[in-house]
Amino acid sequence: MLIIEELKVEVGDKEILKNVNLHVPPGETHILFGPNGSGKTSLMMTIMGFSGYKVTRGKITFKGEDVTYMPIHERAKLGIGVLFQRPPTINGLSTRRMVEICAGKKTVDIDALSKQLRFDDFLERDVNHNLSGGEIKRSELLQLSAQQPDLLLLDEPESGVDLESIALLGDSINTLLQRGIKRPALCHNPIMSAKPKSALVITHTGHILDYITADKGQVLYKGQLRCSRNAREILKWIREYGYEDCVECVL
Amino acid sequence: MSKNEVNLSEFINLAEDHGYIDNLGAIQQNDVKEFVRVGIDTDESLRSATFIQKDSSIIHCSKSIEGVEIKGIAQALEQYDWLNDYLWKLMSHEKDDITKALNIKPDQGGYFIWIKKGVKAQKPLQTCLHIAKEKFSQKVHNIVVVEEDAELHIIAGCSTSDHLNSGLHIGVSEFYIKKGATLKYTMIHDWGENVYVRPKTAVHVDEGGVFISNYISLKPVGSIVANPITILEKNATARINSILVAGKGTYMDMGSVVELNGAGARAEIISRAIVAGGTIISRGHLMGKENGVKGHLECKGLILKDGLLHAIPELSGHTPGVEMSHEAAVGKIDKREIEYLMARGLNEEEAVSTIVRGFLNVDIEGLPADLAARIDAAVKETEKDMM
Repeated sequence: MLIIEELKVEVGDKEILKNVNLHVPPGETHILFGPNGSGKTSLMMTIMGFSGYKVTRGKITFKGEDVTYMPIHERAKLGIGVLFQRPPTINGLSTRRMVEICAGKKTVDIDALSKQLRFDDFLERDVNHNLSGGEIKRSELLQLSAQQPDLLLLDEPESGVDLESIALLGDSINTLLQRGIKRPALCHNPIMSAKPKSALVITHTGHILDYITADKGQVLYKGQLRCSRNAREILKWIREYGYEDCVECVL
Repeated sequence: MSKNEVNLSEFINLAEDHGYIDNLGAIQQNDVKEFVRVGIDTDESLRSATFIQKDSSIIHCSKSIEGVEIKGIAQALEQYDWLNDYLWKLMSHEKDDITKALNIKPDQGGYFIWIKKGVKAQKPLQTCLHIAKEKFSQKVHNIVVVEEDAELHIIAGCSTSDHLNSGLHIGVSEFYIKKGATLKYTMIHDWGENVYVRPKTAVHVDEGGVFISNYISLKPVGSIVANPITILEKNATARINSILVAGKGTYMDMGSVVELNGAGARAEIISRAIVAGGTIISRGHLMGKENGVKGHLECKGLILKDGLLHAIPELSGHTPGVEMSHEAAVGKIDKREIEYLMARGLNEEEAVSTIVRGFLNVDIEGLPADLAARIDAAVKETEKDMM
């Protein structure tokens, strides 16, 4: 699904990613750990193609296509979607309209979808205007549920979310990824496609791991991916020894 | 001469008479097109009354409900002696060269609208002041009286003929909103690239009254300078919204002054300005003169193409118990917003136009659906000119 080879990225004049190699196969969920400032968000922004993240070396391949220098909207159309950590407010644009934009040509039952996410009270509000941390995440998930990307980049989905809402959030992400969902064979949910989805998830606390199934975890440290193994195992190591010692183990 | 000045002697004072039209449906197709653009509906069943003036001739004046009077100002003054108590009372005739350009006794047109005590007009009333003659200086004096507890929405369109190159519109307007009454006043302007516009407006809102003003100008205008004054008494409310777009050649100096004179008075001035080659001076002034008044002023501007956007928000408090704030922002579209929308599948151009449309999407309350749809269409149309 996603292959990143020898990726080098500068922000401003500063080298943020030194040499990143990453492979997310179809249907797999990978967790990205790493201390603050290690370049996790930069990696996601680069995969999506945001300005300010200059690729100086390497290649990003998505569904077999070289997307390294592709405009953002073409990547979105190809099937990459981001859950933003701090999305901007767009004045005068209702969330409902935004969800319609995300759906593109697909027909989506916005009211039903937002009810599932307990977001129905905010649909007419301007996108991200005066939303709490948890509400922002639900708004982002609502948009992604309409967009139905094949690769989801989730930037700290649990940050700022209270404990009660985190379960709902985890469930919604699982639904979106079509993982761990027990569905009767005859139940047709029009918002779900049959294709397996892949995901790359940034997490600090690891709380999200209680709700979603991860296939693999990786640690981004000083601009490089340093470790690749079971996500829960990594989390345990980080908790016990800290990042520095955790990455030491494989060096 | 700079565009903020106007040379009155350049314009002519006489225009031929235009014939009266009984039935709105019989208005010439050309005119209809120009009227519709500024919110006029030729289906009279959608409006409670209609007044249309072309140059200096009143070509149509009718009403479909009781409790409302609508007339040419000159005729109204002949009929109602008491109306002299409302003439030049909110504004002095000697105020400046523009007010002096009008005769003390109105004889060049304008309307008188009077809604009687307790009457709540369900449908809006519409007026249209139209300039058809080249170089004509249209001078009108309008008086609106909304009696106690009455409610009225006026859709006031101003336009010029498509073929018109230059013209001048001077309008003195005095609005009286009595105790507990509500006046909504929605103005849609569609002038021309060399048309000078000098409205002089003063509004008095008595105890507990409400004045809601919506001003929309999306099309080029040579030069408009308008600083209406609203005076609020005890517990009176004013909400003033404006949506301004200045393409190349447009000069706009706009902004309301609101005097909060009575305890409990509330005012909100919101403006959205887009510069795409022209000049906008976006003003706003809240004057808190009594304890317990509240006001907020919001001037937001986007510069899409070269031009000038000068925001001048002013607050003046005359006593400690006032609560007033302002918010002004001028700049280009935030790249993060563009890219956020692009990440959801829009291309750059679509993203920019979505943001611009949102920016101009000020919630204008009580707008009839037909008009809201028309404004939305006009905004979309305007976008094409701006990009």
